[in-house]
Parts: sequence; structure tokens; C-alpha cells
Amino acid sequence: MSAPVLEDHAAAGVVGTRMLRREDAALLSGEARFVHDVVVPGALHMAVVRSPYAHARIRSVDVSAALGMPGVVAAMTGADLAAEWASPMPCAWPVTADMQSPPHLPVALDEACYVGDAVAVVLAGSQAEAQDAAAAVVVDYEELPAAVDLEDAARDGVLAHLGAPSNRAYTWELAPDPEAVRRAFDDAAVTVKERYRQQRLIPAAMEPRGVCVVPQPFGGEYVVYSSTQIPHILRTMLGLTAGVPEERIRVIAPSVGGGFGSKLDVYAEELLCLALARRLRRPVRWSEERSEAAQATIHGRGQVQEIELAADADGRVQAVRVHLLADMGAYLQLVTPGVPILGAFLYHGTYDVPAYSFTCTGVFTNKTPTDAYRGAGRPEATYAIERAMDALARKLGMDPAELRRRNYIGADKFPYSSVAGLVFDSGEYEAALDEALGLVGYEALRQEQARRRSDGATKLLGVGLSSYVEMCGLAPSRVLASLHYVAGGWETATVRMLPTGKVQVVTGATPHGQGHVTSWSMIVADKLGVPPDDVEVLHSDTGVSPLGLDTYGSRSLSVGGTAIALAADRLVDKARLLAAYRLEAAPEDLELSDGQFAVRGSPSTSIGIGALAFEAFTAHDLPEGMEPNLEASATYDPTNFTFPFGTHIAVVEVDTETGRVDLVRYVGVDDCGNQINPLIVDGQVHGGIAQGVAQALYEEASYDERGNLLTTTFADYLVPAASELPSFTLGRTVTPSPSNPLGVKGVGEAGTIASTPAVVNAVVDALSHLGVEDLEMPVTPERVWRSVGAAAPVPGGAR
Amino acid sequence: MIPASFEYRRAGSVEDALGWLAEDPDSTKLLAGGHSLLPLMKLRLATPGVLVDVGRVPGLSYVRDAGDHVAIGALTRHRDLEISEVARAFVPLLAHVAGQVGDPQVRHRGTIGGSLAHGDPASDLPAAVLALDATMVADGPRGRREIAASDFFRGFLETALEPDEMLTEIRVRKAPSGWAFQKFNRRAQDWAIVGVAAVLDGDPRVALVNMGSTTVRARGTEEALAAGADAAEAADRASEGLEPSSDLHASAEYRRHLATVLVRRALVEAAAARG
Ligand SMILES: Cc1cc2nc3c(=O)[nH]c(=O)nc-3n(C[C@H](O)[C@H](O)[C@H](O)COP(=O)(O)OP(=O)(O)OC[C@H]3O[C@@H](n4cnc5c(N)ncnc54)[C@H](O)[C@@H]3O)c2cc1C
Repeated sequence: MSAPVLEDHAAAGVVGTRMLRREDAALLSGEARFVHDVVVPGALHMAVVRSPYAHARIRSVDVSAALGMPGVVAAMTGADLAAEWASPMPCAWPVTADMQSPPHLPVALDEACYVGDAVAVVLAGSQAEAQDAAAAVVVDYEELPAAVDLEDAARDGVLAHLGAPSNRAYTWELAPDPEAVRRAFDDAAVTVKERYRQQRLIPAAMEPRGVCVVPQPFGGEYVVYSSTQIPHILRTMLGLTAGVPEERIRVIAPSVGGGFGSKLDVYAEELLCLALARRLRRPVRWSEERSEAAQATIHGRGQVQEIELAADADGRVQAVRVHLLADMGAYLQLVTPGVPILGAFLYHGTYDVPAYSFTCTGVFTNKTPTDAYRGAGRPEATYAIERAMDALARKLGMDPAELRRRNYIGADKFPYSSVAGLVFDSGEYEAALDEALGLVGYEALRQEQARRRSDGATKLLGVGLSSYVEMCGLAPSRVLASLHYVAGGWETATVRMLPTGKVQVVTGATPHGQGHVTSWSMIVADKLGVPPDDVEVLHSDTGVSPLGLDTYGSRSLSVGGTAIALAADRLVDKARLLAAYRLEAAPEDLELSDGQFAVRGSPSTSIGIGALAFEAFTAHDLPEGMEPNLEASATYDPTNFTFPFGTHIAVVEVDTETGRVDLVRYVGVDDCGNQINPLIVDGQVHGGIAQGVAQALYEEASYDERGNLLTTTFADYLVPAASELPSFTLGRTVTPSPSNPLGVKGVGEAGTIASTPAVVNAVVDALSHLGVEDLEMPVTPERVWRSVGAAAPVPGGAR
Repeated sequence: MIPASFEYRRAGSVEDALGWLAEDPDSTKLLAGGHSLLPLMKLRLATPGVLVDVGRVPGLSYVRDAGDHVAIGALTRHRDLEISEVARAFVPLLAHVAGQVGDPQVRHRGTIGGSLAHGDPASDLPAAVLALDATMVADGPRGRREIAASDFFRGFLETALEPDEMLTEIRVRKAPSGWAFQKFNRRAQDWAIVGVAAVLDGDPRVALVNMGSTTVRARGTEEALAAGADAAEAADRASEGLEPSSDLHASAEYRRHLATVLVRRALVEAAAARG
């Protein structure tokens, strides 16, 4: 398969144009409905009583006072609910055969393992009544020592779970040729060994989570509204965990206000609302509060990374060696253990590295569980290699752009078999670098930087580069099998035409802010020759779209969009046969253009696809053996991942007196293959960059030494706003993926992956002549100030 | 995020408000813009039994030229102060500082009276009125009294106002030039990690945001200036006698350092503005 570069046919249709998002009118006008807006008369409101201790034995839970409070219908403990569960909370990714997974129930029984762990629930007529009553539940805790710091926990000083053999969840290794790695380090002219901390992040989706479960009057069916990215996976997991036959559960994700991976999960509150609705035969709902979300929704990142590079005297990297500690938090959520593994294949970045080894140990701590967060494993990997490349450049006295250029996988090497075992589909890494350097005006910046240094300015300039490649389009099912993931990676779609010529697309992908409806309708509009507004996209409701694997890992276009394109092609094939029958022509003599099938060379002999849809619907006169209606389905299992790439450059000003860092310019050049809608691509990149900058400079889920989460409001957890960011300059190159017929790669995570190391590299670059080599994230003004005070100036002021 | 239950009363006049306050001053709270009080109530850090909404009391939102001073009604919103012609002409520091508070939503709801009465050392306007040597006018069951800014801020969330009093007006002497305000924060919408309001018009006054449990003056700096020190020397004494807190956003040591840098910058800027 090979796809043409998009611009070649952009003129022929809407694909490739910056069409405005069809979703936005409803979202901006407030018309869109989220779970909290779903009106369900008679619903009970659930409040969750949560552990205020990071680790505690639960001696007793007394709900009697709560039961006497106004509006309260029920109050239950973990023990009261234990019989509801057919199995513990699910983890779908046992990365090793010996992986430890402590028992995890929606409501804890006798041990609370993080601040926020559920210990009881209260149901009342209103949210306010439920919360008042929750405060009246009396829990007798015996506080236990807590495993808080990741490295301490890895040494088993304090066990996160009573009676566990250790805090180790697993150790996972990728070492294709350990001997080669050892040789490369023995022979290296230069080595660097770096240690980085990936702080924990709070995903902070604009809409917190929400659940509402409505038992249906007959047949034992449940409608589950949830603010989730994964209605399909959720249905299966709810069925298995709560012991409800799967077909009796219908999951609907209404408008979902962002997820970033945090809604790629099966949560206690979803199970609780279902079990309580079953038990009480009443609708049960729960809307997460912002400060509750900080504790009860998964965190991202949380790693300590050790990366070593071995290079020859010219700076060519010969080996990369990585050791990770990954903070699982208190329990394994849906894909917790797999997140660092998703990065395992990318620690050599965009570079042609012959020898590689990687180990990761997953460690339990008494903190909120971690799980997938925008980029999931790949931002961490990119951060480590891109920071280490800068360290290597400093050691070699080489310009960081030049060092990267020397090490890139050459454009002539694709498809490229990587040392970690992947086949990179296509790439032109140097072209993206050149484009980025040109856009930012690299040489002039270096001159300005030198000028400020020699003037002794207190506002220094720093330039930071980051080249990345990521693996998107999760995922070929066979590859998932080799990684012990329990599900596949395909996606499914149906395209059907209604009697009036309008089109319905049914997809198993689950948009939650990305603009899928716009993109899907553009693809189908061009395939069928109808206006995009005539294409309705049905999604996120297992009653309408019963099969699907949902949205995460930048998969929805390359996998889900491909399934839609294939289904549309099949529909066109059928329409062509019907057209040929009507026009008394051979199918191969027909051309489809602008929705009209015409006989080649005789354009007046034609019939519109809308008319054909009506004929297929009435079925009064169809060719022998043809079934009524124009409808086709396709399920696409990708043959490979896709590998978007690019180079981002951050320019910062650092005030050496206060430590303040201002991001003054930002250039991103991304290659995500063909672009269906460049406006949506830009939007994804904008948001992604902001989120990556947030990790670099602003955000951290901070804990004190007893395991209390300190950042539970937006006054303390600093999500940056537009006012903290410059206007981004975006460029692009287009290298279509040969792995799917659309030639697309995916762009949901790219900005986040690229920007964090670019920004931190820029700050270190600004201060490197003072001897600063590293700054821990988030790079706060105080950290910068201290580093400037502590650093020893580099003789001669080398870069 | 849902406050404990409370009774809500809407005052039509200062007399209404004072009457209700007098009934049970300790569990009654005035509600102005709500942007400090409601967050505390939602976190259940404040649980007043009665909320007296003064937001619609007429006649308390104004910025007036009163000859030798400017008079500001307690219910004047930050945004109205920011764009007031009178404030810009005669107390530009105050107009400028009002424009630095929080974000546009906050500035359109929050009031100067609420900001001062709240007594938060992290707030900006208290430092501005302290540097300007303003006078607070309070009404209460015992009549009206005037309180100097230097006597007004008593401690963390504590002012000289009695629980049954209402702040009604702020009087600020005219100081059209020779001022500066430095606010160091992480995001544009944030409270200051450290802030400095400096007025060099007349006796030099320097007030600090977030350098102690209440809004404070940089006495060391003021003394040094009076003794003829230059900006850098005076700034070195910025945190003399002060005990800033250590929190998630900054250590005390870093706050002290910032105070030095920001006071120096403010003094240089104010001196330049004085010409
Ligand atoms: C997101 C956010 C960011 C913010 N950022 C900043 C910032 O950067 N800088 C800053 O300075 N402030 C900031 N604030 C606080 C904001 O300025 C508040 O509006 C202000 O501090 C309080 O004014 P208010 O009218 O809202 O008072 P309210 O919240 O209504 O009241 C505050 C207190 O004062 C009492 N009170 C109110 N009016 C009177 C009166 N006339 N007499 C006696 N007592 C009275 C109330 O009873 C209450 O105890 C921020 C607030 C928010 C929500």
C-alpha cells in the first residue's frame, strides 16, 4: 500500500482543507450535553468517603450517623458491597507473567492505600445531602507508614500494602544484545549518564468525570452514562467485574470534555453506580468534584529515569542504556503497568543506534494510581533521549542541532528496522529539523545569546531543540499479543446511505474533543461525493455502535479513520454495480466524481449516488442477487504502527535575578503524514505543546512526606493558560505513512511529546555557560534561582 | 465543593446590612464579590450561618475626586477601579494594581472593600493602600470611624474591622507620580509569590505582598531611603524583621531574595517615574 501526498488531490474535495469543526457550535453555545447534564428523574446522588491517610488499617466504619441525615437513602462500607464484585478492579495489561497486583476493590475492605481510596459510599436525594452525610461517616483508622517517594519505595523500606512480599510490581526488560551494549560502552570515546525525574501530573481534563447508571424497567438492562474515552472496553469490563451479562449494559459517553488518557480507564465510581443501581433498583449518579479529581482520577508520568549514551569521538551514538523506575501508585489500573513499556521502544529517539538495552521496574507507592496520560510512555522516552543528547552535545562541545543531524536515521533507511524491534514506516528527520531551524532563525538566536552573555545581561536567552518520533495508531493486534495486552487493536466502521441520500457513519472510535466528527465526515464526503454536512457520525454509544476499541494512542484516524475509508470504498463498490445496472454500462467504465457515476467519455449518461441510495432502499429493481440498501462495514487491524516525527524548538528568556523563565518563542515542525484537516492538526499540536510546556515549567502533583496530596486546587496545581504561552509558529513536512491507505500517522500526542524536552533544554542552554547542566521539572523560578547560585561558571563560557 | 448550608439575605442598604450583622455578628458574613469568601465556603473552611449580600446596595460603587484625596466606595469592582479616569489621574498605582488582580472574571466580580476586609497577605490591593497611606471608613452600630491603613491589617485574614462593622469607603491621598508596583507570580492569573508597592511621592513608602502573615511595610527599606541610601542598598533591607512563609510555591528564603530584587526594581522604576 502506498498513499499519495495529500496536496495532490486536496483540490478535488474537502480533505486537506481547513474546514471549521462541526462540533464547535454545540460546544461553544453550551448546547452540548455532558454526563452531569443528563436529566434523570429520581436519581440518587452518590458521595464517596475517601481515606485521608496515604496508608491506614481500617479498624471500623460506622455509617449510622450518616443514615440518619436528611435525604439519605443508603450508606455502605466496603464489606457491605463486597458481594457485588465478581472480580477485582481490572488491569488489562499484565506485562510479565510474575507481575504482582494487589487486590483492588471499588471500596476498600480493611486497608486504605492512598489519600482518596474509597472507604464508604453514601446515597442521598441530592449531591449536597450526600456530601453532608459523607462527612458524618465515622471511620476508625490506624495510620500506617506510607511508601511515598518512588526510590525509597523501590528499596522496600516501607511496604505500600500490608503483607505484600515487596513493592515491586514487575521488572520488564528489552535487551536484544546485551553484549553489544557492553562493547559499545567499553569502546566509547564519550559517554553520558543522566538521571531525570518525571514528576507526577494531574490530567485535569476540563470536564471532571461523571457517571449515571439508569436501570431499565424491564429486562434487567442498564444504561450507563459515563464521561469516558472507552465506552466499549468499559462495557466489557463492567460486565466482568460487576457480574452483569455484557449485553445488558449499554454504555453512552455523551459529550466528553477531554480525557488525555485519564478517561481510558475503568473506575471505582463506574462500578459503584452500576452495583448500587442494581441493588437499589434506582438510578444512581456521581459527578466528580475538581479537588476530588486530583486524587481519584489517575495521575500521569511518575518515573525516575537513568539513561546512558555511548558515542564515538564524532558524536555518533553507538549505544543507549536505560533503567527506569515507574511509579504505579497504590494499585494497577486498566493499563498502568504498560505505560512505561509503550516508551521502551523509543529511547533511542530519531537516531540510528546499533545497540540498546532497557529495563523498567514498576513500583507500588501509597499514592493515586498512575496510568496513561497524553503520550503515555513516549513523552518520557523522548524527554530522556533529547535531554541526554543535549548533555552529549555539551560534553563534545558540539552544536545540539549538528549532533542530532549526525545521528538521525537517514531518509534512505526507511522502512527502518530499529534496534528495539520496530519497523519505522517512513521519515525525513533532517527535513523537519531544517524547517524548524529556518523558522526560528537559529543562527541569529545564537548570536543574540552570545551577545547577551558577553554583555553580562541578567535576561539570558536559551534555545532548546527536541526531535521526536513516536509510535501511534495503537495497534496491530499481534503486536499487542506479544506485549501481553489482553485485547486487540483493530477498529470497526459502518457507512450507510439513508433513503434521501444522507449518510450515516458508525464508528467504534470515541471522540472527546478531538474533532473526529469533522474529520470522519470529510473523509466520507470525498469518498461519496456528498457535502460533509450530509454525513452524520454516530459514536460513543454501545447501543448504536456495538463494537469498537475506542480512542487513545493517536489511533482514531490511522486505525478508525482507515476502517471508515474502507467501509466507504465498499459502499461505493456496491453503488457502482447498481449504477452500472441502471446505466447499462460495465462497472469498470464508470467514473465517480462529485457524487455522480458517469460513463467514461460520455458524461451525460450518469446517475447520482443519492438516487442510487433511494433505489437501493426501495429495492424495486435491483440487479439479481443484490441486497437492498447501500451499507457497508469494515474492520481494520493495522499491519504496523505509524511513526509521526518532527523537531520543536523553544526559545526562553531566563531572568537570572529572579529565576523567572519566559517562553518567548516556539516553533514546532510536525510530520503526521497526510493531514485530513490541517486546522484540526494545528489545534492538536497547540494543545499538545501547551500540555508539554506545563510539565516542563508548571505542573506537579506534589505530595508531602506522609503522602498527602498538596495540589488539589487550581491555585496550587498550575495549569498554564494562554497568557503564559507565546503564539506558536507551526511548520510541517508531509511524509505519508505507507502502512494505511490514507497515508496518515496521527497527531494527538505529538505536541506533548516534543515540547517538554525542548523547553527544559532551552532553560539549561540559557544557563549552561554558568555550569548548569540539569534542572528538575517543573523548572520553577526558585529552582532556576538556586541552580544559578549553586552552579560554577564554565571556564571560557562554553555553551 | 458544595458549601455547608447557610441562610441568604440580600441587603438593600447599609442599614439593612448593619442590622443583620448586629443580630449575630460572629456567624454572619457580608458577601460582596464573593471571590474570596465563596471559595473558602466551598472548601468548608468558612461556614457562616447567615450570608448578607451587600452586592446590590446602591451608592457604594464610585471613585470620586474629593479635593485633597480620592474617595472610593467599598463596593467598587476591581475592573471599575482599573478603568476609572479619576483613579488613573490621581492614584494611578491603585488603578494599575486593580488591573493586576487575578483574571478578568475576578476583576469584574471582586470589590476593593472585600479585598481589604478579607485581609489576605497575598492580595495586591492591601499593599497598594498601605503604600498610599489610605484611610478606611467603617460604619457600625457604634457609628462611623476612620482607620489608618497602617493600623488596619492585623494578621492573617484579620483586620481592624469589628465583626459588626462594614467597610464603606476608602480614602486615598493623591499620588499622581513616583510609584511602582512589582508583582512576581507564576501565571498571569495567580496571586503574587511576592509583590511590592512603592510610593516615592512624599515620605517613601514601600509595602509588601506575601512577605508575612499580613500585608506589611518594608520598614528597613523605608528607613534606609530616609537616610539617603540608594535603591540597591535600601532594597537589601527589604525583608528586615519579616517572616515570610514557606509554601508550595516558594520557600521563605526565596521570598526574601525576591523581595530584595523586586524592591530594588520598584524603587528604580518609581524614581524614574517621578522624573
Ligand atoms: C481565581 C482567583 C484569583 C484571584 N487572584 C487575586 C490576585 O491576584 N490578587 C488579589 O489581590 N486578589 C485575588 N483574588 C481575590 C479577589 O480579588 C477577591 O475578589 C477579593 O480579594 C475579595 O473581594 P470580594 O468582593 O470578592 O469579597 P468577598 O469574597 O465577597 O468577601 C471577602 C471577605 O470580606 C468581607 N467583606 C466583603 N465586603 C466587605 C465590606 N464592605 N465590609 C466588611 N467586610 C466585607 C466578607 O464578609 C468576607 O469575609 C482572586 C480570587 C480568585 C477567585
